[in-house]
Amino acid sequence: MRRIGIDVGGTNTDAVLIEDGKVVRAVKAPTSEDVTTGILDSLKSLGLTGVVGTKRIDGVMIGTTHFINAVVQRRHLSKVAALRLGMPASASLPPFCDWPEDLAALVRGGVWMVEGGHEYDGRPFMPLDEAAVTKAAQEMKAMGLRAVGISSIFSPLDPSHERRAAELVLAVIPDAAITCSSDLGRIGLLERENAGLLNAALADLSRDTIAAFEKAIRESGLAAPLFITQNDGTVAEARQARRLPVYSFASGATNSMRGAAYLSGLSDAMVIDVGGTTTDVGQLKLGFPREANSVVKVGGVRTLFRMPDLLSIGLGGGSHVMLDPLKVGPLSVGYRLLKEGVAFGGSQLTTTDIAVASGVLQLGDRKKVAHLDAAACRQVFAESARLAEEAIDRMKTEAGDVPLIAVGGGAFLIPEKLAGVSQVIHVEHGDCANAVGAAIAQVSGECDQIFKDMTRVEAIAAARDIANDRAVASGADRASLQTIESEDMPLAYLPGNSVRVRVRVVGDVAASA
Amino acid sequence: MSLRELTADDIESLAVGAWVLGTGGGGNPYLPLLNMRLLYREGHRVQLMDATDLDDEDWVGTVANMGAPLVGQERLTDSLTLARAVSVMERHIGRRFAALMSMEIGGANGVRPLMAAAHLKRPVVDSDTMGRAYPEAQMTSVSVGGLTPCPLTAVDVRGFESIVHKVPTWKWAERVARKICVEYGSVAATCQPPRTGAEVKKWGIHGTTTKAIAIGAAVREAQRRHDDPVAAILSVEPGKLLYTGKVIDVARRATEGFLRGVVRFDGLDAWRGSAMTINFQNEWIVAWRDDEAIAMTPDLICVLDAVSGEAVGSETIRYGQRVTVIALPPPPVFLSEAGLHHVGPRAFGYDLDFRSVFSS
Repeated sequence: MRRIGIDVGGTNTDAVLIEDGKVVRAVKAPTSEDVTTGILDSLKSLGLTGVVGTKRIDGVMIGTTHFINAVVQRRHLSKVAALRLGMPASASLPPFCDWPEDLAALVRGGVWMVEGGHEYDGRPFMPLDEAAVTKAAQEMKAMGLRAVGISSIFSPLDPSHERRAAELVLAVIPDAAITCSSDLGRIGLLERENAGLLNAALADLSRDTIAAFEKAIRESGLAAPLFITQNDGTVAEARQARRLPVYSFASGATNSMRGAAYLSGLSDAMVIDVGGTTTDVGQLKLGFPREANSVVKVGGVRTLFRMPDLLSIGLGGGSHVMLDPLKVGPLSVGYRLLKEGVAFGGSQLTTTDIAVASGVLQLGDRKKVAHLDAAACRQVFAESARLAEEAIDRMKTEAGDVPLIAVGGGAFLIPEKLAGVSQVIHVEHGDCANAVGAAIAQVSGECDQIFKDMTRVEAIAAARDIANDRAVASGADRASLQTIESEDMPLAYLPGNSVRVRVRVVGDVAASA
Repeated sequence: MSLRELTADDIESLAVGAWVLGTGGGGNPYLPLLNMRLLYREGHRVQLMDATDLDDEDWVGTVANMGAPLVGQERLTDSLTLARAVSVMERHIGRRFAALMSMEIGGANGVRPLMAAAHLKRPVVDSDTMGRAYPEAQMTSVSVGGLTPCPLTAVDVRGFESIVHKVPTWKWAERVARKICVEYGSVAATCQPPRTGAEVKKWGIHGTTTKAIAIGAAVREAQRRHDDPVAAILSVEPGKLLYTGKVIDVARRATEGFLRGVVRFDGLDAWRGSAMTINFQNEWIVAWRDDEAIAMTPDLICVLDAVSGEAVGSETIRYGQRVTVIALPPPPVFLSEAGLHHVGPRAFGYDLDFRSVFSS
């Protein structure tokens, strides 16, 4: 089993080759303006190191910030038609109502609200007004809108109205790129709808980006399937991932945590990922990051979908240091470290300079930081440790000491002993943990639907079969599939013992034939 | 009669302050605030008036939403539906309300009367009937005052209109209205029993919208200046700082339509080494420091994010949060024997004699 994992970060594009469970090679290349070139460069440099050669690669897994950056930077976004099923409810808060003005102006192509939707117990709220959906689709077509976000009240419970509306829209606009909110989310209409609208806005970018990734892989001479890493630490085959780009929003952070688990061999631990500007703290449960259960803002838009629960603080290898009074971060020189850091001839004192002065890092010119005395350096390390301790403590879900895995390029700031931590673990290749996490990602399949006229046990088994088939269709090895989530909820008001079952399975990527 | 027009900024502050006065419950005012932002953008405005400016013979409509928070996340609070609950009541009693009023200043219902008032072009009285949030309809000043518990209107966004015409007690009003609400899909816009100007003047809890705005403005100003927002609240309200600590355990259970549970804290700063426990039933009910009950309903127990100063709700509080706990003085109407019977610790099942943080 040979896989290449690539993580495209703000500063570096990291790539690793994993062979039979071991990291064989890790490279770093600067992230390029267009992202894609950086990926091609890192693939090439991995290939040039001689370990890839003519060996077969089973998969290339890419984690990318391309989509979240498009939202944050307001670039490459399509105009979206918002179609909400749920009238007459919620009429005073229409789609886009809580978006930042600048982003709404870019993305809002039009808003249509028609009757439909369900109740919390599965009863229909209103029958779907199919004629109104078709009329809306005709108006969208006349306006030249192709990207459509469909949302419906309580669609996570019963997505049938969204699905039917999608069929009706496709009948009018055959090349429509439709996102149904039930594919993305949980209870919380505005937040789920927002995620769907963002996803629809990224439809064209997603298609182009993934086509460019595929081209990069072809040009590098690899004949491996392309997978895109997801927020939840799994991968989806490129053609599937293309449909739901928002599922890749937080994959960088997730990959770091999954990589930390893999490199350390621990499945339950805290992870601290110290980058150049920020430090992310999260918690691993059974090898996966704990998920946030609250609203997550993306580019100023409130959303609610599966993201790792992370606390970010302004501490990193590029953090500004003030000695009197003592202050570390939150400002950072970021990717300009090699120009602006004192040890590199610049004038801004950073945590990296302190590490160089103390002999912790061999970088730049130690003579340039010789004026920093040992006591001052110790104080800076102590302050960094205090910031890390507080962040770790905030993210712990139970009292008592827990192991901590320190990864990322700035992990030198994390000392061997910290309050609330039983053991600090530094791992080899920890600075490429994100690319490692991408390389080892598994494939998931999910089933979330309502079953009728079945016992609870039969319904859960039926849901698991569907989830397994979907995982295999996404590239998983059937023999390795495991159920990692299973929940069921009886819907008292629906006829015939209806039960809603959600099952999620994960498995290893199948070896290519 | 002097009216004061609320600015968009006042309403932003009101949402923050109402959430503080929610004492852990009442629902986050975010969606009502969002409604108000849109209404103001469309040119609607809301006027605030003092209860003392009401004529004794005036009629006042009390506005509130009822329902499950989960449903409110999908069937979003709708301004025209709230207005309709008021219109249905006016049609039923054959009188026009001179003004509207909040039932519950704490939480989302602290902002909702403004949504109805914007459409109906009536002023909002600067008073409510709880001075905070409470889980049940009989936990109000008008219930303590023994005022009539009916009629009540409950409307659904699809056009359904129900009237609870006659019930003997506030508890019955709560039970019957709750049933209607569940059939609607566990959300209903209600107009509570109509009050006369004289009743509002005698039994209303006064100045609470202004108070919520002042609290919210203090918090927001402190956030802008990077000052201590909790100190800012205590500079505008005669409250007491009870504790600063970190959440170390949250136990919740949903029973009989309420969210009950207990949160445990470890002390920080001056309270290092001292433990706090707070019991809740939607709202924070009793706070214990080192096993001594130091604050209890009807004193307002407010758990605030130590950094932002914004309220932390019992539904969303979680391990690791740094919080500051303060107490604010209770409305005097709840300190009488009848008041304590309705909302004192025993009304929530705690065998404690009420002792106020503010009595010593």
